[in-house]
Amino acid sequence: MISMKRRVLLRTGAVAAVTVATGFGRAAWAEERKSIRIGYAISKTGPNAGGAGITTLPNYLLWAKDVQDAGGLELPDGSRLPLEIVEYDDRSSAEEVVRAIERLANEDKVDFILAPWGTGFNLAAAPLFDRYGYPQLAVSAVTDKAPDFVKRWKKSFWMLGGGHDYAKALAAIMADAGKAGTLNGKVAMVSVADGFGIDLVSAARPAFEEAGIEVVYDKTYPVGTSDFTPMINEAKASGADSFVAFSYPPDTFAITQQAQVADFNPKLLYLGVGTGFPVYAKNNSENATGILSLGGIDPANAANADYRKRHEAVTGIAPDYWGSVITYASLQMLQEAIRRKGLDREAVAAEIASGSFETVLGETKLEDNQLRKLWWTGQWQNGQFVGIAPGDRAGASQLVLPRQSWKKA
Amino acid sequence: MLVTAVLSGLVLGGTYALLAMGLTLQYGIARIMNLAYGELIIVAAFLSYALFTYAGISPVWALLIALPGGFVLGYAIYGLLMAPLVRRARNAASLEIDSILTTFGLLFVIQGLLLVTFGANFTSYSYLNDAVQIFGTRLAANRLLALVLAVVLGAAIYLVLTRTLWGTALRAVAVAPGSAPLVGIDVERAARMAFALGGALAAAGGVVISMYQTFTATSGVVFTMKALIIVIMGGVGNILGALSAGLLLGLAETMVATYVDPGLTLATTYGLFLAVLLWRPTGLFGRAVR
Repeated sequence: MISMKRRVLLRTGAVAAVTVATGFGRAAWAEERKSIRIGYAISKTGPNAGGAGITTLPNYLLWAKDVQDAGGLELPDGSRLPLEIVEYDDRSSAEEVVRAIERLANEDKVDFILAPWGTGFNLAAAPLFDRYGYPQLAVSAVTDKAPDFVKRWKKSFWMLGGGHDYAKALAAIMADAGKAGTLNGKVAMVSVADGFGIDLVSAARPAFEEAGIEVVYDKTYPVGTSDFTPMINEAKASGADSFVAFSYPPDTFAITQQAQVADFNPKLLYLGVGTGFPVYAKNNSENATGILSLGGIDPANAANADYRKRHEAVTGIAPDYWGSVITYASLQMLQEAIRRKGLDREAVAAEIASGSFETVLGETKLEDNQLRKLWWTGQWQNGQFVGIAPGDRAGASQLVLPRQSWKKA
Repeated sequence: MLVTAVLSGLVLGGTYALLAMGLTLQYGIARIMNLAYGELIIVAAFLSYALFTYAGISPVWALLIALPGGFVLGYAIYGLLMAPLVRRARNAASLEIDSILTTFGLLFVIQGLLLVTFGANFTSYSYLNDAVQIFGTRLAANRLLALVLAVVLGAAIYLVLTRTLWGTALRAVAVAPGSAPLVGIDVERAARMAFALGGALAAAGGVVISMYQTFTATSGVVFTMKALIIVIMGGVGNILGALSAGLLLGLAETMVATYVDPGLTLATTYGLFLAVLLWRPTGLFGRAVR
């Protein structure tokens, strides 16, 4: 009993001591600030590490290096403060993301928090960003609900569009090619039974119907499926000359390999996440040509080309052709907003929402807290994954259909 | 269509069997529930990837390095980490708990080393991704290699276990580790051999699957899970059991994916697993426990 009381007493004492110390510390800190603290939680281990390690983390590191090399983040008075980065591994667990962000806000007291990787994690984190008053630049999140989210969480920004955007663009391409007689108007479609696949396929079904495209094969498969032979054989026998897979990277790679083995040559081949990864071009070289997917770049954009070169030189890996460049652009926007407005998170968020920014994407401006100037469909052409839809956007490349048959190595 | 489905199913099953045979030796004979088994597979996969990508060495040569390499690694892991546990274990249950905890730790050590060395990215390369025509069905040469390797290695180990004195000693250790010393069998040596052999099989599996499956530094646990299901389904410690359970799973998954729905493959795996366990609690080839 006595020992227990003592422990309680000790604990109260310790809490009091900490409060005094931080209270004092903070007062002193405000007077002479030596750095700007930026924190983030990212999946460095676990199933999401593969995606986070290609689209998000290398860009955070590249940006941090760029800022440090420039002497730090510039503030409105022209002074520069170095970055202090606080990084947590969320181990691919949504609970860990939540815990890490609470920690970043409450204990590390960082000035800004960078967004985690993935649609689900950004949704899990959004209420916390909102509660603690941090702007959230969610890049690697594809969601049709963005217009609702920005009403609920005023300082959230959604920068990769929604499933409907991508599905409608694809349906339009197929409908046009059908009218031109290039395609027969039938599509075989598979999708992964998880966030991305479900979102995309439920947007694609009505979009195809509206465009008058007949879906002759429509199946979902569980995450982790490694053998696609049955689906490819069924699709081959279905009479469709278009094949669409809303797949995750390991599935995308496997489908590409197995379609070659099966000598399955649809005139239009559209694959999901992973098609825009640098390793995809490396493994498939010429055979990648003509394959469609989400995202793309404008090959004539010099700023983007320069970014791709620096990304590879600094991080050792090439960026992907979808979310990478947008991740970097989002950081440039944050940096510029801080230069204009300082460290007041409210003002910075307002500036990001309304301001216009010069980024690696070119002139970038958000509409209703969303980035809408995106490439909805891209295609591998001459060793680059170029944007083809929307076709009326400046820098769009011309779609090439039908794609060539697989070449034997 | 049926022939295609059967052949594709067998080829998929070959991969499953190849990945599970090593674990059945380690768990059945050495009595170590090795949770880091999948990590050994991934180590071999990365070895093969690195040799192929940076040195241009074909994965077939990598296989010749990985087999003895996996054996040595398994031998060392048993000697350094497992032998002390075996010596101090009072009974089978306490050894099981200790080995699970230790190999769980080992899992994170290996995973950490891989993450530091290779990063967390998806890794894949393509080798032998050529079509082979069998009965009018196009099969991937690299997957066919996995099936052939599974059957050849499985048959070889089965023959060694049943036809040689050394193999008989291993089986004796598996069945009655308490009584084996009475007839002059060095239990620790036999267990170490079985564990090392399991390591060699895991490494062989890793090299072969790296030719066609995408992997990351952290995907070992997926292989451990699948292997564990097959090992238990086939009967712990039974190499032919692992081979047939693997083939059966591959066949069932492909049949369901072709004729019912690809979305039900996972459900099929676990449904079959449950059915086998209800019908034969010790697995397809398992002996009744007295």
